[in-house]
Amino acid sequence: MRINCRVSSRVACMIVVMVLWSLSVTGVQAQDLGSFEQRVTQHTLKNGWTFILVERPVAPVFSFITRVNVGSAQEGAGQTGLAHMFEHMAIKGTPRIGTKDYQAEQGALVALEDAYQAYQTEKLSRKADPEKVKSLHEIFKQRQGEASQYVIKNEFGDIIEREGGVALNAFTGADVTGYFYSLPANKIELFAYLESERFLQPVFREFYEERDVVMEERRLRTESQPFGRLLEQFVSTAFMAHPYHHPVIGYASDIQTYTMTDAKQFYETHYVPTNMVTAIVGDIQPKTVIPLLEKYFGRIPAGSPPPPIRTVEPVSITEKTVILQDPSQPLYLEGYHKPAATHADQPVYDAIDDILTNGRTSRLFRSLVRDKQIAVSVGAYGAYPGDKYPHVWLAYGVPSRGVSNETIQQALREEFNKLKTQDVSDEELTRFRTRAKAGLLRALNNNLGLAMHMTDYQMLFGDWRELFRYITRFDHVTKKDIRRVAKALFQSTNRVVGMIETVPSPEVAMPASAAKGEGQS
Amino acid sequence: MMATQACVRCVVSKTCWVGSLVTLLILSLTLTVQAQVKKVGELEYPPLPDLVIPEPERVVLENGMVVLLMEDHELPLISLSAYIQTGARLESRDKSGIASLTGTVLRTGGTTKQSGDELDEFLEGKAAMIETGIGGSSGSASMSCLKEDFPAVLEVYGDILRTPAFDSEKLKIAKNQMMSGISRQNDDPGGIVSREFKKLVFGDASPYTWVPTYASIQSITRKDVVEWHATYVHPHRMILGLAGDFDKEKAITLLNKVFGDWEKGPAIDDPTAFIQEQVPAGMFYVEKNDMTQAKIAMGHLGMRRDHPEYYSLVIVNQILSGSFGARLFSNIRSKQGLAYDVHGGVGLQWDRPGMAILSMSTKTQTTGEGIDALIAESRKMVTNPPTDEEVANAKEGILNSFVFSVDSPSKVLGKYLTYEYYGYPSTWLKTFRHGIEQVTVAQVRQAAERHLRPQDFAILVVGPREGTKSALAKYQNIEELDIRIPEPPDGA
Repeated sequence: MRINCRVSSRVACMIVVMVLWSLSVTGVQAQDLGSFEQRVTQHTLKNGWTFILVERPVAPVFSFITRVNVGSAQEGAGQTGLAHMFEHMAIKGTPRIGTKDYQAEQGALVALEDAYQAYQTEKLSRKADPEKVKSLHEIFKQRQGEASQYVIKNEFGDIIEREGGVALNAFTGADVTGYFYSLPANKIELFAYLESERFLQPVFREFYEERDVVMEERRLRTESQPFGRLLEQFVSTAFMAHPYHHPVIGYASDIQTYTMTDAKQFYETHYVPTNMVTAIVGDIQPKTVIPLLEKYFGRIPAGSPPPPIRTVEPVSITEKTVILQDPSQPLYLEGYHKPAATHADQPVYDAIDDILTNGRTSRLFRSLVRDKQIAVSVGAYGAYPGDKYPHVWLAYGVPSRGVSNETIQQALREEFNKLKTQDVSDEELTRFRTRAKAGLLRALNNNLGLAMHMTDYQMLFGDWRELFRYITRFDHVTKKDIRRVAKALFQSTNRVVGMIETVPSPEVAMPASAAKGEGQS
Repeated sequence: MMATQACVRCVVSKTCWVGSLVTLLILSLTLTVQAQVKKVGELEYPPLPDLVIPEPERVVLENGMVVLLMEDHELPLISLSAYIQTGARLESRDKSGIASLTGTVLRTGGTTKQSGDELDEFLEGKAAMIETGIGGSSGSASMSCLKEDFPAVLEVYGDILRTPAFDSEKLKIAKNQMMSGISRQNDDPGGIVSREFKKLVFGDASPYTWVPTYASIQSITRKDVVEWHATYVHPHRMILGLAGDFDKEKAITLLNKVFGDWEKGPAIDDPTAFIQEQVPAGMFYVEKNDMTQAKIAMGHLGMRRDHPEYYSLVIVNQILSGSFGARLFSNIRSKQGLAYDVHGGVGLQWDRPGMAILSMSTKTQTTGEGIDALIAESRKMVTNPPTDEEVANAKEGILNSFVFSVDSPSKVLGKYLTYEYYGYPSTWLKTFRHGIEQVTVAQVRQAAERHLRPQDFAILVVGPREGTKSALAKYQNIEELDIRIPEPPDGA
């Protein structure tokens, strides 16, 4: 199953299992592609922005998600975290929302950026003069104060919530950035207005204040959490060349130095309509919605496609291990490099993932938790940190009290080896298919979930229908396929290991990268 | 580079008359925008049709089991959930963890007909699910399956509740999991705050604050678990909610077949769990050095939902922290950049007081600023009381978004189950909007003043000693909490 780890602006990092879809569940004929398609209208504007409308008039509400084909993998050195920073800026308003006087504010923002650039240039120069840095910082703070007097705090979000909007949030991953919320059905024009407005001309007000907020997000999720600390080390070890190796949230030094100008450039490069897909699901009528989309989103000019990522992760020729010595309890991760989700063997990887880790009947649960009782839980991240490019399939085991990481490692490898040498059972294959098919059904009764899935497949495969077609490929996965793929996957040279080894708690605070920097820009 | 790109684009779109893509972008924006689009305040919305809120049907089986039924034929799925009148708040301290263990092994331990492993295979083979659990103030048993599997899965569901086997090997696994959880209970800073702050608010003698220890888990036997089930899991202590693609009459017949001959259990009175009346005001500190932030929480006891000021408090919470434009988010996050997570409000629970709590995480260097900012925002709810506009906006937001609390039959059913369990009138949902509409600005201000009292706050800081030290220096009596995990009695 495809899994995305996301950094979102208000909720904890969600691990969302992307439920897969099917046509052939017994008694579920009503949900096949043909009949589902009758409720779907696809509309692409002249500028290239694709909309998918799904009529589901169960209640007078609708949800939408805008998925932008950009993530942290598109960031260059010195600018890690910028994709996520833009996500935060996308709720700061526009020339018409969030300001008391845009003309005056525009001038103040230009002056602010000039002051920041001057301060930062001096501060980062090899022979920085402390006095000069101090005075430039004071000027910057003064400009910040001047710009802030024009701001109407959080007006963008406030409008949505006052009009009854809920679940307003966004997420950034290695491959993708997503924006979503839900509104009562009579507010469709408000959606069209606001959603086009924020991508037409976002105003980067309160940029440097928000940078501090993002720095706190990094401290909260990565630096102050054992698992966060381990994952950051793990991913940067797993990828030596591909940009998947840097954290979505960004390195502390980058978060504390990227600028408003950097963020604008990033936006202009990547937020072009051909790079964006929006799905709207709920009580909507395409004949009234499409003219609104034309009117509002049509305002956005077409743009050039952003440059592709050139770097390809070289074939791994060595096993890599990361040991985090930490005051927390032991934890064991083991990852293996695999191809992108668009690879023809992806259904086979899905089968392997399901058979090893899905539910109480899964092999890892039965071996490590039920029989050997060496772990209290086991699981996997099917696609880490993204799936558009070759990535890592990652299994984890939480050792029982007093059990070592090595014991977990041994038990995991036994199970991986079995997949290479012995066929899986008929029951396992059948269960895999049945569960995937029921997953389809359960995903159908939720507006936001439906919007998530449809945009995901639209973006990855260029056609939301692939969602339905994809699952039919599960019927063709054979035992031989599983052995073939397992043999290629579970190789020592293809492996990345990460673990937490418990050491006593430090007497003083840890020397985290972030603690040194000046959070107060 | 830019020139090359722009040229390539010319061929495709024929609109590339300006060399720089960026300039083009900005130019075209300003022109088109002003031509077409109004300001957001000028948008007009058609009225939303009157909300038809589906109502579940209530049936009481002869043995006292209450069943709420809600048909929903959108998809061929059926789900069932139950509230069971039990909970960890009924535990004795030396057996802390028994409710949770019973809730887990009820499902994993199998039934007298099928082992736990057989159940796993049966259910997962049908992509069906049955899960049970016991929390602080209730037990739950939920089930979900394809329509066609309903009779077979319901039968298993009945067996699990009525004749669980509590297999000792599965109990051992569950205990093993709890022991590992105890060993990890100080790894996550958020876990420490929620556990220790609750203890400050409800008092160490309150069952709501007890957590399992190695000793309590080790002392729990299979006999204890069997007894817990025998004491609390009876039809008259249970409320079932059925939702999905079923025919009502047939479903009732099936439910009677599975549960009808289950005898009503003995009538027992559950004691009321103790909660202290007065929270000790002052500063409390927990040392945790593997963090680059301090976590701050402050507050005192909150309220019950049946309090006459309930609706006013809902609005107080909305103004303080309920939306993007709310005070805490705007002032502490957006304006000062002090925190990513900042929340607050007067907690409202069904049959016990919640916690009034304000909380945030901030880098250690700004611990002092963070504490001051939260106290200041609490005070400002009185000194700069909610304005007419704030109250109006809060009401509008709550009323406009009400539709999302009833946008699916199963959501509505869940609400009715909760009202039934905690003894609230079934009209609670339908009167909610009216209750909000009636609240006046004066009532909101009064509620804020009465129920958010910074002078009574217990303040908890969790973070590295180095770095938070200077922030805490100005507080005279700081009580340092010892969160070390007591070793198991048998040394295992």
